[in-house]
Amino acid sequence: MATTTDVAAPVAARRRTGALAWIRRNPTITIGAAILAALVVSAFLAPWLADDPLSFEPINRLKRPSEQFWFGTDQFGRDVYSRVIYGTRISLAVGISVAVFATAVGLAVGVLCGYYKRADAIVMRIMDGLMAIPSILLAIALITLMKASLFIVIVAISIPEIPRVVRLVRSVVLTVRGQPYIEAAIASGTRGLTIMVRHILPNTIAPLIVQATYVCASAILTEAGLSFLGAGTPPEIPSWGNVISLGRTFFQIAPWIIFFPGVLLAITVLAINLVGDGLRDTLDPRIARRM
Amino acid sequence: MTALATATAAPAAAPASSDTILSVRDLRTQFFTRDGVVRAVDGVSFDLKRGETLCIVGESGCGKSVTALSILRLIPRGAGRIVGGSIKFEGTELTTLPEDQMRKIRGNRISMIFQEPMTSLNPVLTVGAQIAESLHIHQGLDRRAAWDRAVEMLSIVRIADPKRRAGEYPHQLSGGMRQRVMIAIALACNPKVLIADEPTTALDVTIQAQILNLMLELKERLGTAIVLITHDLGVVAETAQRVIVMYAGRKAEEASVEELFRNPIHPYTRGLMGSIPRRTATGRRSNIRGRLQEISGIVPSLREEIPGCAFAPRCSYAVDRCRTEQPPLDPHGPYHLAACWEAARVAATPR
Repeated sequence: MATTTDVAAPVAARRRTGALAWIRRNPTITIGAAILAALVVSAFLAPWLADDPLSFEPINRLKRPSEQFWFGTDQFGRDVYSRVIYGTRISLAVGISVAVFATAVGLAVGVLCGYYKRADAIVMRIMDGLMAIPSILLAIALITLMKASLFIVIVAISIPEIPRVVRLVRSVVLTVRGQPYIEAAIASGTRGLTIMVRHILPNTIAPLIVQATYVCASAILTEAGLSFLGAGTPPEIPSWGNVISLGRTFFQIAPWIIFFPGVLLAITVLAINLVGDGLRDTLDPRIARRM
Repeated sequence: MTALATATAAPAAAPASSDTILSVRDLRTQFFTRDGVVRAVDGVSFDLKRGETLCIVGESGCGKSVTALSILRLIPRGAGRIVGGSIKFEGTELTTLPEDQMRKIRGNRISMIFQEPMTSLNPVLTVGAQIAESLHIHQGLDRRAAWDRAVEMLSIVRIADPKRRAGEYPHQLSGGMRQRVMIAIALACNPKVLIADEPTTALDVTIQAQILNLMLELKERLGTAIVLITHDLGVVAETAQRVIVMYAGRKAEEASVEELFRNPIHPYTRGLMGSIPRRTATGRRSNIRGRLQEISGIVPSLREEIPGCAFAPRCSYAVDRCRTEQPPLDPHGPYHLAACWEAARVAATPR
């Protein structure tokens, strides 16, 4: 009886401090995830947190940040705070969509390339070609060819990201397929497709998740850059890039217009990268060296 | 007595009978490299009878593993291929069998255990799932049934607490346990032939005997024939009924275990036996010279065609003929074949 309580007590104690201990061990993930969570919540609750980001109030043009307008107003008298909060939606939507899209396509192509030598020879040359073109230029070219919309922006940003994912997945697949356990799987009569899906694919997941966070961060930056250049999200959509782009001309008299979206952009990208770095270290210590 | 009589009547490489499950004839497997053709297996023939244990011994690089891979047609495409000979399994010719038919044999009728238990299991799948997989593929069991059978297999290979272990990943198991899991995977579908490619090489000496005993015991229980590939003559002595000694992709000698150890004919076999450290009852080496013998020189490059006996450059008995003419596998007594021109002279020399 005494022994059972002796054994049970430390287990319970360990469990209670488990979450805290985990946080202490992974401060980067915790901080990054907390910031991201706050951003996601504000993106979802935008209609309650902010006013209409599009309503003009010419009487309140270029007002300094005040109690009424927390982040000031722009040249049309629109509330910068509301625009920035709504902009969170655009940035996160673009970042996450690009990460998912580029990762999914990259995974499929990468696994095929790693597994079939013939496909590899052709597809990797195309990927090399894509990588040779600066991603912003490629995105601008794609957007000019088609009507500007959020969807086109996402596709245009995804395409230059795909080759990087393909390379990563392909390298993992090439490493894994040479492993004796793949030979063992073949020797036990497993079909090629099953080997790919069941034996090779799970090995790519850890590095892929990490890569996805970097793709996400870079996509958010690219989207802002494209909007700033006027080649991205249509100007009526209050993305951070658009807000900064419009505020640029008034930079000297109304610096708050570009300051707040700029700071949020930096914080968002930083938070995503923190999560990515943390995941890399926890998911698989080996990939830390590989990347 | 009758067995002996038939063996004497047909001494050349035991004839294929209804008892023969796997019959390899003049197998030639070559690899095509930038520097030329490597003749990894160069005309090997042997038969495997139901339920017996056949050992293939030889140094590294003498074609043992390639022979095994050839039987299952696992030679990586592009790197090499079987260029000649025949492999018959229960009457079916394997060398020309379509790939989808071959897949039905692999892991089901003929399975294989690899050398490295550390890397032969997929680190991202539970061991239970890996055993269940071949059951799912070959016996069409559903997930639930395959899993239950996997747990049962784990208990058959004597892993304690199989229910819990089935849900664990390979890194949670020790080397010996992983090799047990490999055996469980290989035997899950009750194969007729088990090819074990140096199954104990990567294991601790203490575990080796356990694993070998387990394999032999399961062999008896399931009636599986085993082709055991090894470079360890100690393993041969303990496990096999018949032995094939391979050298440079060719068969050097073939005999029953007792016969081979009592009367090794090929100088290479003698060399292999001389390189085993021995101790007498008093704990001192019995070897008069007091030193462990080695076979000087290395296995020849298989890139060039070897005109004579492949072992000639390393052989102290070699005469001119050995370097120019390939010796045939001649019978030396009941069921004992050796490819040596100077067999008579070798046999006359005391070991």
